[in-house]
Amino acid sequence: MMISRKLKMMVFVLLLSFVFLSGCSTVPKPGPDSEPAIRQQADLVPEGTILDVEVYDPIEGFNRGAFRFNYYFDKYIFLPIVSVYQFILPDYVEDRVSSFVDNVYEFNNFTNSLLQLKFKKTGITLSRFVINTTVGVAGLWDPSTHLGLHRQPEDFGQTLGHYGVGHGPYIVLPVFGPSNLRDTTGLVTDTVAFSVAGPPAWVDDDTTTLVFTAVSGVDKRKRTPFRYYGSGSPFEYEQIRMLYTKKREFDIAD
Amino acid sequence: MRPWLTSIVLLLLLGLPAAATAVDKPYFYPYVNPLEATVMELPPYYHADIPEKVPTKTFKVYPFPEREIPKVFWYEDGLICSLTYQKKEAPLIFIIAGTGARHNSPKMLNMQKALYQAGYHVISITSPTHMNFIVNASSTMTPGNLREDAKDLYNVMQLAMAEVKDDIKVSGYHLTGYSLGGIQSAFVSMLDEEKKIFDFERVLLINPPVNLYTSVNILDGMLENIPGGVNNFDAWFDNVMKKLAAAEEEMGYFELNGDYIYKAYKRFPPREDFLAALVGISFRTDSASMIFASDVMKGGGFITPTDVKMSNSTALTPYYVVANRTSFEDYFKQDFVPFFQKSDPSLTEEKMIKMLSLKSIEPYLKSANKIGLMGNEDDIILAPGEIGYLEQLFGDRAKIFPTGGHCGNMNHQDAVDFMVKFFAGQEG
Repeated sequence: MMISRKLKMMVFVLLLSFVFLSGCSTVPKPGPDSEPAIRQQADLVPEGTILDVEVYDPIEGFNRGAFRFNYYFDKYIFLPIVSVYQFILPDYVEDRVSSFVDNVYEFNNFTNSLLQLKFKKTGITLSRFVINTTVGVAGLWDPSTHLGLHRQPEDFGQTLGHYGVGHGPYIVLPVFGPSNLRDTTGLVTDTVAFSVAGPPAWVDDDTTTLVFTAVSGVDKRKRTPFRYYGSGSPFEYEQIRMLYTKKREFDIAD
Repeated sequence: MRPWLTSIVLLLLLGLPAAATAVDKPYFYPYVNPLEATVMELPPYYHADIPEKVPTKTFKVYPFPEREIPKVFWYEDGLICSLTYQKKEAPLIFIIAGTGARHNSPKMLNMQKALYQAGYHVISITSPTHMNFIVNASSTMTPGNLREDAKDLYNVMQLAMAEVKDDIKVSGYHLTGYSLGGIQSAFVSMLDEEKKIFDFERVLLINPPVNLYTSVNILDGMLENIPGGVNNFDAWFDNVMKKLAAAEEEMGYFELNGDYIYKAYKRFPPREDFLAALVGISFRTDSASMIFASDVMKGGGFITPTDVKMSNSTALTPYYVVANRTSFEDYFKQDFVPFFQKSDPSLTEEKMIKMLSLKSIEPYLKSANKIGLMGNEDDIILAPGEIGYLEQLFGDRAKIFPTGGHCGNMNHQDAVDFMVKFFAGQEG
């Protein structure tokens, strides 16, 4: 019941954003006296070249809208919540929360390593979960890393990529940020699998799951140093789009 | 008694004085390769002993409140500055950031902490080459002209003071800046001699270029370390990713943080050309942002068409591609000089190049005892002979470290010690 409600919420937010944000033209409007620039792409890049920065982005109007939405969401909602969280909790406790969250999500790393038949990673992930849950007191500490068993992040987007699924159109998800069709599919699948067969199903308590989801979201944002327009580049949308796509290729390749 | 025991007893007997002489050890910097020194973060062991957090707040100034900001810069609203404040009355130091850097770049944060610890208020100012400055605070919207930049900076400093004057008590003013901010400090100081609004007591230029045009071309030239040039960036980048993947394979994990990069770096020392390419790319990325912001603010014509309306959803990819393929030389010849020629038809490229240097204000720098210099002998942005020129120009007001690359050692204990002593008037 929990899942369907969450899914419905997600679909609703997505639809709502589509209604409000799409339909913006991405081509600049020329005035009557418009003159071409001295320097143009056609003169600088050999014809027929497709650059990495030119990621397939057919819904760019929507995406840029979602990017803007995320900018404001981050500024007025997400980051203030993170500040309060950091103000209330001592750093030491925050680190315990991070370890706990990571340990719970080992579920997804495990299933996806297994789905990709990466047995070494599967083994490491399983060992980590067992060690951290027992020796690490329910995952509050991460002794595994000190033993040389490093975290092996795998998600369903990577699994799809592993089996040859291309990234598809680029999508900026409201709140979640950069993604693409493959990785959005992965995110939804992972979320469903996690809820149906993972720790939330083991605990089977809606309130606990809700609290965990909220805290893990705040914890994740806290650990992401990214700040909108912190780089000082007017091309931040382009840069993120390219780096995200490249980073995911890199994640899939290992 | 055994000799080592004797020395311990002696040390104990002598107490503090012995410890004090032990501190006076020669400058040591862990990277002898100037590119390494510039690119790699200083290992924590050499970090200056500075507080982790200092009381700081940000605020905005609006030098051109009437200016209509194009919708493509929808996220821009005022120039953001920061104030690091003492509770009691204290002198205040303005810091000007280097090329493309913000008031809160890592180097700026370190300086804020070091100077706060030494008892100063600090106002940090974003570089005039940063988009935030160009859009909100630049009168010409064409950064790089040191005299114009100095006027804009001076204006911003006054507005910033007006903004914070009720919160802090100031007993005097100093000025500093690193890299481009260093040379700009010299020009701001000269302007201040005439206007006397702050009447700076001490001005420290940190790793400044001698000639802006020369230094920028050196940085730009480093892009040639990408085989085949910028149009081959994608292939180069893929190659870097492959190497990272190999590192991951061997180390068994991957994390995107300084610690991991440092470990990978130690295990797979990169080649010289790779480090140089990194410096070049980092510089070009900043300059691409600057060129685009400047062009749009001036109504286009250089890399964007004239008389077009860009919205908050306009796809900027084609301009990104062009901006990243525009060298400083292109900007200088096709946009920068023609722009200033409009108000001064006698201006030539040669004249402009001469104006963009410390040499153009040499008599002032020679006579102004308040101005000091902190530099590195192996600074990669200096041409052969330029470090000698700085030494000769500033004489005993120059502190030159043998190594440190370009701004690599700013957070080194010795550099911080020098900075603090300089503002206290105890250097030398």
